[in-house]
Amino acid sequence: MCIAGPSGSGKSTIAHCINGLIPEFFQGKAEGEFTLCGKDARTLDVFEISKLVGSVLQDTDGQFVALTVGEDIAFAMENDCVEQEEMRQRVKDAADLVGMGAFLEMAPHELSGGQKQRVSMAGVLVDDVRILLFDEPLANLDPAAGKQTIELIEKIRKQTNTTVIIIEHRLEEVLWRNVDRIILVDNKEIVADMNPAKLLSENILKERGIREPLYITALKYAGVEVTEDMHPEHPSALILDEGNIEKVRKWFESVSVKAPAPKGEPVLSVKNMDFSYNETFRAVKDINFDIYPGEMVSIVGRNGAGKSTTAKLICGFETQDSGMITLNGRDISDDNIRLRAQRIGYVMQNPNAMISKTMIFDEVALGISKLGLSQEEIQERVNKALIVCGLYPFRNWPISALSFGQKKRVTIASVLVMGPEIIILDEPTAGQDFKHYTEIMEFLRELNDAGVTIIMVTHDMHLMLEYTSRALVFNRGELVADTTPAEVLCNPELVEQAALKETSLFSLSNKCGIENPVDFVNRFIDYDRRVRS
Amino acid sequence: MSAKTVLNYIPKKSVIHELTGTTKLAFFLLFTFASMLTYDTRVLVVLMVISFSAFFLSKIKFKEVRGIFLFLLIFLLLNNFFVFLFDPGHGSDLYGTEHILFYITKRLVVTQEQLFYMVNLTMKYFVALPVAILFISATDPSEFAASLNGIGVSYKIGYAVAIALRYIPDIQRDYQAISQAQQARGIELGKNERLWNRLKNSINILLPLVLSCLSRIDTVSNAMSLRGFGKNKKRSWYVKRKYTSKDFAAIAFGILILIFSLVVTFHDGNRFYNPFV
Repeated sequence: MCIAGPSGSGKSTIAHCINGLIPEFFQGKAEGEFTLCGKDARTLDVFEISKLVGSVLQDTDGQFVALTVGEDIAFAMENDCVEQEEMRQRVKDAADLVGMGAFLEMAPHELSGGQKQRVSMAGVLVDDVRILLFDEPLANLDPAAGKQTIELIEKIRKQTNTTVIIIEHRLEEVLWRNVDRIILVDNKEIVADMNPAKLLSENILKERGIREPLYITALKYAGVEVTEDMHPEHPSALILDEGNIEKVRKWFESVSVKAPAPKGEPVLSVKNMDFSYNETFRAVKDINFDIYPGEMVSIVGRNGAGKSTTAKLICGFETQDSGMITLNGRDISDDNIRLRAQRIGYVMQNPNAMISKTMIFDEVALGISKLGLSQEEIQERVNKALIVCGLYPFRNWPISALSFGQKKRVTIASVLVMGPEIIILDEPTAGQDFKHYTEIMEFLRELNDAGVTIIMVTHDMHLMLEYTSRALVFNRGELVADTTPAEVLCNPELVEQAALKETSLFSLSNKCGIENPVDFVNRFIDYDRRVRS
Repeated sequence: MSAKTVLNYIPKKSVIHELTGTTKLAFFLLFTFASMLTYDTRVLVVLMVISFSAFFLSKIKFKEVRGIFLFLLIFLLLNNFFVFLFDPGHGSDLYGTEHILFYITKRLVVTQEQLFYMVNLTMKYFVALPVAILFISATDPSEFAASLNGIGVSYKIGYAVAIALRYIPDIQRDYQAISQAQQARGIELGKNERLWNRLKNSINILLPLVLSCLSRIDTVSNAMSLRGFGKNKKRSWYVKRKYTSKDFAAIAFGILILIFSLVVTFHDGNRFYNPFV
């Protein structure tokens, strides 16, 4: 079962009720009935509930509480005073079930996000829980790891015969494997409770701010009436008759696509760049690419492929071993972080990690306060940045009163105030629901239209596809592709190298016998953008 | 960065490594206690021999722990220097005689008694130091919490140590990322800046770092209670090793040493061995 809903809809609250964190950690007033395995859940404490409900939290790092994999899996049993021999056997079994049997001695920093999540699963599976509760399991994973997680959840469900509840707003990804029921929550209420096929055939998702699977949206654009018996819950299960295929083909031919803008001279260019953190491991090798003014480019690849390292090298956080970075034709290799920062802004993934002042104005002014400008000049530049970011009305507010998206804007404003030509953003929309994702990305697009070149390091396929004109794909420290996002997602080899997932639009266009799937994807994205704006 | 590098755990195959963490901790405490109580030079010499033999047995090489050794050595020199500076006559007071060697100033007199006293003081450090390093370097960090719990410390406190070891590297990483982003905004933290400004500017890192730690604490404590931490008065340990005869021997040896040192030290009613009378 899947519980979906936009941020703040109440889906996390439901999760906290189920796993007993309410009322243990969050107090409030409760009414109504709630039974868990036939018992009144309100009479159980968090420990008793944890024997029935195993929870896997969103933060894969934070919930890894022990020093090694084995210890972390054993954690719940240690608290139950289980004898060591039995404990070792059960840890082994659970680790084998999630495919982590060979990693028992490893420390958390040696594992990927997906592996840490597997450890957390094993950690709750050591008890015979009746319900497995996953809180946004896909939020911190790359698409390929997300796919594996969903596959693993299905395998566990079959082998252990447990009930699985997944809280997640990325429906398309969750529906990669069979889901019996979807509960849609919005505005603190349950607005739908039905099987996926029925839910997808209605328009309720869009109305509630949840992203529909792309192939469903494409079908609807083409004028196909999606019904339950077409099996719309999975692109490979989808049944399309001749008439509907014809509709999709017609639509495809009718949509025009914007020609790419002329490129001009590159603003940033990276030539033969090499870098290694230590002698044994080359982080990036022989990287070459150009970024043109006014572009919006994504950098994709698995963890450790060299994406972040490349961003750090451009910003000057690290210095390349060899090669050259030029900005508007001038070699900036000798410029320090501070000098580069005035031309190239860097925005971290987590805004809370960047914000160091309590008031919005002070935070935005921080970067230019050391430049020896007059008070008026500072005032003017800060106000200008605040206006661009839509934060001017809040300029005297404390930052703590802002939402995540607004904080993100504050960090972008505090970078913009320096007047950079390029902004590099690390995962700008990580953990955001569709509505907030759209807000942040539309804002970035406006900035881009205003002339700021934008580079984004991301795992998000939608972001790459919908908002960037070019994708740089990294694999094992090398730049393996520099092409359009649609091209990347329709190329199985690149999809695999970049830890992405094939787009469902690709499957749909194949199903409809369209010869050029890349074109299909491009036209869909272009059309979708016009419809949405 | 892992817990192993924080504490400098050096895995080796040795008798010392085979002992359980609890044994090592208990032995360390007994031994330190013995060396703290005594000023008897003969006892100290015996203890020092035992201490260094234990270090030798662990197969840990001196150069692997040189850093911490040097640090403590400097500390020791400073300590000796101040002991002399503040009370150069302390040795004579203790031993009841005064054999003057030479004068530095009228007040700062170097006597045989003072030197002997300071040699004893230094030896106490050298007795405790190798055993302390052994506990840290020859105990798997995973075993720390279990060891503390083994000598009677509440497991909640014991586990707090494990949690600290687990998250210190993460916090270091956060710190680095935050500091880089701050530098990108013109806050100079590099070597070019004057120390005072660097300190002042580090405050800008503090707020986001504290906030990120707080939210981490939240997640961690939630994750721990969801898996039943704190439910029972006791808990078992996945990594705790079984006691072997070696462990009992080591602890018995530790107790014997303590008794021996107490008897030899106090049989004449004085903590000091006095060669001057």
